[in-house]
Amino acid sequence: MDSYFSILFTEVYKILFLLIPVLVSVAMIVWLDRRVWAFVQKRRGPNVVGPFGLFQSLADALKYIFKEIIIPASSNKLVFVLAPVVTMTLALISWAVIPFGEDFVLADINVGILYLFAVSSLGVYGIIMGGWASNSKYPFLGAIRSAAQMVSYEVSIGVIIINVLLCVGSLNLSDIVMAQQNLWFVIPLFPMFVIFFISALAETNRPPFDLPEAEAELVAGYQTEYSGMMYAMFWLGEYANILLMCAMGSVLFLGGWLSPIDVFPFNAIPGPFWLIFKILFLFILFALVKATVPRYRYDQLMKLGWKIFLPFSLFYVVLTSSFLLYFDLLPGK
Amino acid sequence: MKISRLLKTIFMIDFVTGLLIAIKETFKTKKTINYPFEKGSLGTRSRGEHALRRYPNGEERCIACKLCEAVCPAQAITIESKERDDGSRKTVRYDIDMLKCIYCGLCEESCPVDAIVQGPNFEFATESREELYYTKEKLLENGDRWENILAANIKADSSHR
Repeated sequence: MDSYFSILFTEVYKILFLLIPVLVSVAMIVWLDRRVWAFVQKRRGPNVVGPFGLFQSLADALKYIFKEIIIPASSNKLVFVLAPVVTMTLALISWAVIPFGEDFVLADINVGILYLFAVSSLGVYGIIMGGWASNSKYPFLGAIRSAAQMVSYEVSIGVIIINVLLCVGSLNLSDIVMAQQNLWFVIPLFPMFVIFFISALAETNRPPFDLPEAEAELVAGYQTEYSGMMYAMFWLGEYANILLMCAMGSVLFLGGWLSPIDVFPFNAIPGPFWLIFKILFLFILFALVKATVPRYRYDQLMKLGWKIFLPFSLFYVVLTSSFLLYFDLLPGK
Repeated sequence: MKISRLLKTIFMIDFVTGLLIAIKETFKTKKTINYPFEKGSLGTRSRGEHALRRYPNGEERCIACKLCEAVCPAQAITIESKERDDGSRKTVRYDIDMLKCIYCGLCEESCPVDAIVQGPNFEFATESREELYYTKEKLLENGDRWENILAANIKADSSHR
């Protein structure tokens, strides 16, 4: 019994040690997003609450907590309440397999990338449940769009990941990082990195692919009927997903916790900081893209996903594997 | 033409140019002001919070002609008048419902003695609706507080009236 509790407590401690920083950084990242967006438009952005407005998200969260939760009379109440919980839980549990350093990972499982992929596919459910349970037109249309979009781009992300896996020979995320010690995959697989980045934008419903919440057409998409803390949970889940996509990008292509060059001032910085720098770099790119590009039309979005990204990444799989085979560079030999 | 267009699309030239422009704009000076701490300039005709003015000797300007009450399109002004002991006509009640008011400035324009004016103050949000029902005392107090600016604004604008 004693050992059971000691194991339980160490596990809970480890989980909290990971989750609390993730949640805090989600709050900070929302601030950063708004700030970058404002700076590109030559505005100031949130700068009043706390130093540089850093606590703006906390103030917003407090506001959401104290707001009334309205459950529409015609909604399916159980599913309606469950949807934001599902979205947020799925966004958070994926963090279990992200390696922050050597032996600094919550669950060092051998199918890490498959797990990530499975969980992010389930993410669609939260949105479909929210849109369907609201029993209202806009949320339903938003949910359908969102589901179609996420499913389409998941396919191309899957094929892109196959490219990386071909070079690594393992599904373990720590192995993927360690395989990049000599050369980050962003260099040989640069086109794949670009496509991964764009697909990640679509996958997380970020502009220019934020059609599910295109406010001119669909009010706020699947979130329309939500209010108070339930809305905040959707919103937290969305940003946790964005952060996760940035983390995935840095682990798969930018060498995870590895320093860019293995010389003194760089390799003295501990691994987790490198990962955080890389996540931040990718996130600032996300924010800049949001500030620069106009929204895609729906048919263009689908065309891009199915007719351009999917064939191109499939072609690149053939290219990568024939290259590896020809030069006898296949891993695990 | 077709090939160059294709290459442009593949290498996302337009997108990258846009991104670079965005990054460049980031470091330029901000176009917005840091509002609660610094404020923009206001014109002399800006129409903000109402005020009732007095003559320099302390006498109220308002003669209870009720032109403002008549002209007010939102019917926000309520006036009651009475003859004072010295024979002059003065208001006993001058209320403006600031929630009805549409800040059109017609009361100010109609006033023959420049008594009711709209001042430069636009930051008078309150926590209850009742506080925005301005009485004569409140309006006179406003007039006393903003008199310098109000007089200067009227003088600056006098050549256009």
